[in-house]
Amino acid sequence: MSYTSEMWKSIRKVEATRQRRLQETHPRMPPRGQEEILKRFHPDYVEGGMRELLVGPNRGDRTPNELADLLEGRSHIDAAAFDLERVDYECDILVIGGGGAGASAALLAQENGAQVILTTKLRFGDANTMMAQGGIQAADKPNDSPVIHYLDVMGGGHFTNVPELVEALVMDAPSVIQWLEDLGCIFDKEPEGTMKTIHGGGTSRKRMHFARDYSGAEIMRTLRDEVRNRQISVLEFAPVVELVMDDKGQVAGAILLNLETGDYSLVKAKTVIMATGGGGRLHYQGFPTTNHYGATADGLVLAYRVGAKLAFMDTMQYHPTGAACPEQILGQLVTEKVRGLGAQLVNVEGEQFVYPLETRDVEASAIIRECVERKKGVVTSTEQQGVWLDSPMIDILKGPGTIQTNLPAMVRQFGRFDIDMTKEPILIYPTLHYQNGGIAIKPDGSTDIPNLYVAGEVAGGVHGRNRLMGNSLLEITVYGRRAGKAAAQRAKEVELGELTLEHLQDWEQQLQEADLEPQIASPLLLPDYTRHTRPVSKVM
Amino acid sequence: MAEELIPIYIMGKKYEVPPSLTIMRAMEWAGYKLIRGAGCRSGFCGACATVYRIKGDYRLRIGLACQTVVEPEMYLAQIPFFPAEKAIYDIEELKPTPEQLFQIYPEILRCLSCGTCTKACPQEIDVMDYMADAMKGDIASVASKSFDCIMCGLCAARCPAEEAQANVALLCRRLYGKYLAPKSQHLWERIEEIGAGKFDEEVAKLKSMGEEELRQRYKERDIEPA
Repeated sequence: MSYTSEMWKSIRKVEATRQRRLQETHPRMPPRGQEEILKRFHPDYVEGGMRELLVGPNRGDRTPNELADLLEGRSHIDAAAFDLERVDYECDILVIGGGGAGASAALLAQENGAQVILTTKLRFGDANTMMAQGGIQAADKPNDSPVIHYLDVMGGGHFTNVPELVEALVMDAPSVIQWLEDLGCIFDKEPEGTMKTIHGGGTSRKRMHFARDYSGAEIMRTLRDEVRNRQISVLEFAPVVELVMDDKGQVAGAILLNLETGDYSLVKAKTVIMATGGGGRLHYQGFPTTNHYGATADGLVLAYRVGAKLAFMDTMQYHPTGAACPEQILGQLVTEKVRGLGAQLVNVEGEQFVYPLETRDVEASAIIRECVERKKGVVTSTEQQGVWLDSPMIDILKGPGTIQTNLPAMVRQFGRFDIDMTKEPILIYPTLHYQNGGIAIKPDGSTDIPNLYVAGEVAGGVHGRNRLMGNSLLEITVYGRRAGKAAAQRAKEVELGELTLEHLQDWEQQLQEADLEPQIASPLLLPDYTRHTRPVSKVM
Repeated sequence: MAEELIPIYIMGKKYEVPPSLTIMRAMEWAGYKLIRGAGCRSGFCGACATVYRIKGDYRLRIGLACQTVVEPEMYLAQIPFFPAEKAIYDIEELKPTPEQLFQIYPEILRCLSCGTCTKACPQEIDVMDYMADAMKGDIASVASKSFDCIMCGLCAARCPAEEAQANVALLCRRLYGKYLAPKSQHLWERIEEIGAGKFDEEVAKLKSMGEEELRQRYKERDIEPA
C-alpha cells in the first residue's frame, strides 16, 4: 500500500544488488571531500536559511531565521504590571525541563542537599530523551579509552568543540552508565555481563550501549520514576515564560504559565537549571523533525534575554535517516543503529553511494546530493524524495531475528503502515534532529550569568559543529548531574536581593535601539499545526 | 490532488477530514490545538492514547493518535491521563524477590487473567502474560516481556481489577536492571582506571594540542572493524 509500483521496481533492483553489496564496503570520504560536500549540500550552508542577529549578546552572529525571530521577540509578560511581591513557590533550585537532563539535575541537586522544584511544559518525560533510540556512548571496553572517545568527539565536531567540555563528557561516561544501572536502567548485555556495544557514525570503537531501540525511553522512565520516588516537586504543563532576576544581577527565579488555565505564577529560586532541550519544532527551512511536540527552543530565548551568550547557533543537526515514507511518519527518526547493525544506503538503482557510518552531517549531505544533484533518489506518491535504507541486510548478515530483537520499535512503527522492514528496505531522507549549539557553558554547567546553570541539548560547546550519535544521552546525564551538583553547592551560598524584571525593560530598549518592532512574542511554547478556515475567536 | 474528506467524530462531534491523516493530525486539521494528548508524536511517549469505535460496531479499539490513520465514521476520545497507582519506594532498600513485589503492589494478586489489558495495548505487548509472570514473582520475565511499554496507561484504564500494570512492569525492570542483570566487569575496571588518573595525562595532551596535530591524530586513528 505505502510503496508505489515505481518504488517496487526500484526495490527489485535493491534486491538484485544485495548479494553483491554484502561483500562490498563503500570507501569513506576523505577529509577534503567531507568539507566540500558539507559546503555544497548541508542545510547549514543554504543561502537565505540564516540571518544575523541584530540585538543581544550574539549580535552579528548568524542563526536560522525562525530562531532569530524568536530570539528577537517580545516578552509575554508586561513587566511593569507583574506583581513580584507575591511569590507562589520558593525553592533552592528550579529545574526547567522534564527530560533526561532536567531529571538528572533534579536528582543530583536533591542529593546535594537542595530543595528542588522541577517544572516542565508538557508531561514529565515528554522530551527528546524519550525518543532517543540508538544508544549512549561510553568508553568502557578494554580496546577503548576516554582518550579515543575524546578524539572521536573532536573529529566529529570538526575540531571546534570546547576541549574542557569534551573532557568532562568522556571522562564521566563510564560512571554515568554505572549510575544509570544502579538506578535500575537495563542495558543489552551478553549472558556473562559484557555490555553489547556497536558503532555509530564517526566512532572508531564500538562503544554504543543500548537497550533494544528504546535506549532513551529506558533511561527517561527510570529517571522519572526515581524523581517521583524521591518526592521531588514536579509541575507539569507549566512552561517558563520568563526568568526573573534580582537587583544584584543574579538569576533569581522564573514566571510559569499554567498551560491549561492561563494563570501565571512566580517561583523564587536561589539557582535555576535550564534543561529545556532543542528546537526541532521550529522546522528550520521547512524540514520535518524527529523532535517532540514541545521542542521550540524556549530555553535559548529565556537565557538570551538575561544576557547569556549562545554558542554554535549557526549549526543544526539533520539526522541522515528520517522516515520519508509513508507520509504519516514523515521525518520521524529511523535510528542510526539500523546502519550500525549493517544496513547500507542505496539509491534508486540499488547502488551504494556513501559509506553508511560517516558523521551525521556528512551522511545527510551525501543523501541530499544523491537526490538533488545526481537525481538518483526514489520518489513517493506524495512527491517526497528519499533513498533506500536496506534493512533486510541485517538479518542476512547477523542471522534471522536480529532486526526483530534489536529494533522492535522500528519494526512496529513501519509495521503499523504495512511495511515489513525485515523483508523490504525503508525509504529515508534527512530530518531536523538536533541543536548542536546552545547556551555557552562551563564544565560544571554554569554560565556567565550568576545562578544560571544549563544542561543538555539547550547547552552549547560540547559537540562543536556536529554531534556524534550516542553523545546526546551521554551529555544529558553527564551535564545534568554536573549542573545539579554545582547548582546545589551554589544555592548554599546565594543571598538573593530584590526580585526584578528590569531586564525585560532593558530588552525593550535594546529592541528599540536596533530599530526592531517585533510582532512575535516569545518563547513560542508550542508549534501551531491547527488549520482554521476563518479567523479564530478571541474568546478562546 | 484533493482528497475526498471523511467524517470522524471527536468526542462525539462531527468533523470532515482528509482520510490520509493520523488521528492527531486530523484533530489539528479540525482546529484543535493540542496541549494534552500530544507528546513525542512518534509513538514513544504514550501521551496520545486514544480509544475509538467505528459506527455500527460495538467493539472498542485502541491506538496512539500519532500512529493511527483515521477511518470513516470513527468515534474517538483521547485518554491523555489516567490516575493509576504509583507506589513510592527506595530502590536501594528493595530486594528482587516475589515477596517484595507483592508487598509494593499487593493488587497484583487481584488479576483476573481476563486479557482486557492485552487487548488494550497499542504496543501489542501481551500484558496479561507478564502480569501472570508477576503473580509468580518472575521479575526477569516481566522486565523482558514489558520492555517495549510506553506507559500510556490504557491497560490500567481498561482493567477490571484496577491494576496499574505499567507501574508494576516499571518496578520489575528497575529491580532487574539493578539487582538481577549480570554485572559488567569491564565497566567497573574502567571506572577504577579513570579514578586512578590513568588517562589524565593523555587527555591533557590532546586538550592542549594544536588543531593540525589533532587532525593528524584523528586521521591516523585505527578503526575497530564492524
